[in-house]
Amino acid sequence: MKRRHFLKSMTALGSTTLLATQSHGDIRYLGPPARTMGTRSIHEQLEKTLYGQMQTHALTPLQDLHGIITPSELHFERHHSGIPDISPEQHHLYIHGLVNKPLKLSLQDLKRFPSVSRTCFIECAGNCQDYFKKGPQTPLQQIAGMTSQSEWTGVKLATLLRETGLRKNAKWLLAEGGDAALVTRSIPVDKAMDDAIIAYAQNGEAIRPEQGYPLRLLLPGWEGSSCVKWIRRLEVGDQPWMTREETAKYTDPLKDGTIRQFSFIMDTRSVITTPTFPSQLEKGWHEIRGLAWSGRGKIKRVEVSTDGGGHWQPARLQEPVLSMAHTRFNIPWQWNGKETLLLSRATDENGYVQPTASELIHARGIGSLRYHNNGIMGWRVKSDGSVLYEIVA
Amino acid sequence: MPAKLFRTVRQTSGLFILMNALLCPAQTLAQNERQAHEHPESFGLGTSPSNSELAAMDTAIRPDGKGLPDGQGSAKEGQSIYESKCQQCHGPKGEGGINDKLVGTLPEGDFPFAEKGAPKKTIGNYWPYATTLFDYIRRTMPYTLPGSLTNDETYSLTAYLLYLNKLIPQDKVLNAQSLPEITMPAQHRFKNDNRTQTDKIL
Ligand code: HEC
Repeated sequence: MKRRHFLKSMTALGSTTLLATQSHGDIRYLGPPARTMGTRSIHEQLEKTLYGQMQTHALTPLQDLHGIITPSELHFERHHSGIPDISPEQHHLYIHGLVNKPLKLSLQDLKRFPSVSRTCFIECAGNCQDYFKKGPQTPLQQIAGMTSQSEWTGVKLATLLRETGLRKNAKWLLAEGGDAALVTRSIPVDKAMDDAIIAYAQNGEAIRPEQGYPLRLLLPGWEGSSCVKWIRRLEVGDQPWMTREETAKYTDPLKDGTIRQFSFIMDTRSVITTPTFPSQLEKGWHEIRGLAWSGRGKIKRVEVSTDGGGHWQPARLQEPVLSMAHTRFNIPWQWNGKETLLLSRATDENGYVQPTASELIHARGIGSLRYHNNGIMGWRVKSDGSVLYEIVA
Repeated sequence: MPAKLFRTVRQTSGLFILMNALLCPAQTLAQNERQAHEHPESFGLGTSPSNSELAAMDTAIRPDGKGLPDGQGSAKEGQSIYESKCQQCHGPKGEGGINDKLVGTLPEGDFPFAEKGAPKKTIGNYWPYATTLFDYIRRTMPYTLPGSLTNDETYSLTAYLLYLNKLIPQDKVLNAQSLPEITMPAQHRFKNDNRTQTDKIL
């Protein structure tokens, strides 16, 4: 075929096709071009829930998320005096006290040290503090939404303390944030030397302002309040400072009249993320999904009960199963339309089994469950298919 | 040279392997890799902060009084400062405000905080150290203008709140010596988390 004829027939073909599609009403519109910043689909409405008289909390919508990473903008928030606006050029990390060589480090300096990344959860010690207060029509987010997971990147604190050197009597570090409250927590040197990270990035980009921009102390597996945000100063000492956040707050009064202090580690917990309120179920196959994690290592097993604790079945743990990290579990389930109670129970690599809230009350007293309440949670499936929060005690 | 790259080169060249075996024993390769990841004596990054820079930031107070500044005050001065700078949020005499209750005492030996319907934890019934109060007020209060209090004002406010909690008399003057001497009622109850058994932790 001659080139001219070929072109001509292609044009003819093209216009017939166009006419044909038009007559079927299937006109497709050209989408917008590339953008310098992506956004969530307008069909997806994900939001944190604000909480607290002074709006010092925002809770992660765990029930709406998949996999193990929390999108940075949905990471839960807990702060005491608002989110500071810190200029990275002006911000420094000071390390001083019982060291051989005090240091002042800029962000540039910190980024030149060997970098490490770690995917782990951060959970507020007060997560589930409303376990006994909430009614049946409560989304998971409002009870257990103070836990989130990111890939954090930064420099190991041990690398920095190796630079400054530690005096023989160095036992504790005071970590101080650069927010309006200048939040302070005393941290044992052992943890600092073990796996602590001075993080400057979260999920591949600079840490979000509400998560500590430009620097956050990351203590894997430890309560969120000890992972001091906007960190500006680390003072090394031989004893704890007994700051307000480790005396008046974040301590656990026990039945024997003592107060447990420095209970940093987050105990093993699992939560079913779906189905939970306000899911509406139909008879037939569903997948029960959830998250499990332990501040003491890896999750070894998660069991699910679909009959209120009569029988327990092992759920499938989805890779990756990381230490001190949210681990996704799931298990297929055929709902027969009868009312029942769904439960999940996690076991970590040390053989620790997630307790019920009543076991915790028995050991510690209900008043101590303001913090570190990792009791099993229940979701009641009604015969009309509605799913409601239920206290298991 | 990164070890991975090295290995690829080695695999593609028999001659290279031979040279390698002669000139550079396998052990050295492993050593090279290890050395590349070992930290130098010092990275030489950062600067030495000046003493004045550190002193300006370092306001933390310890229970033994380390860090307490010069200055003083009693509940008498504290009351009027409280009324103008704190009362709007914490209520008259530390109670009944929109924010935290600052006053509350319990009969000796009574400590119902692990029980149901426990009272609010306050300075008088729960806080273990009076030094923490000075540190926290100067660091974080008043809520909307932290950092604005002088040391004398902070001593006075600390004294006023301790006085309202029936822990010191109204005319007691607090300063760097007298503040750490106060023993708070719940102090002896605080114990470090000592749970070591990792399979059963409640
Ligand atoms: C605008 C309101 C406001 C003002 C004014 C204010 N505070 Fe507060 N105060 C708060 C809030 C809110 C908290 C709780 C902060 C938190 O938990 O992070 C608090 C907490 C405290 C606490 C800790 C209570 C506890 O048991 O943990 C003390 C002590 C305190 N304030 C003292 C003062 C003093 C002294 C002043 C006056 C100089 C003052 N406050 C002025 C709002 C205020």
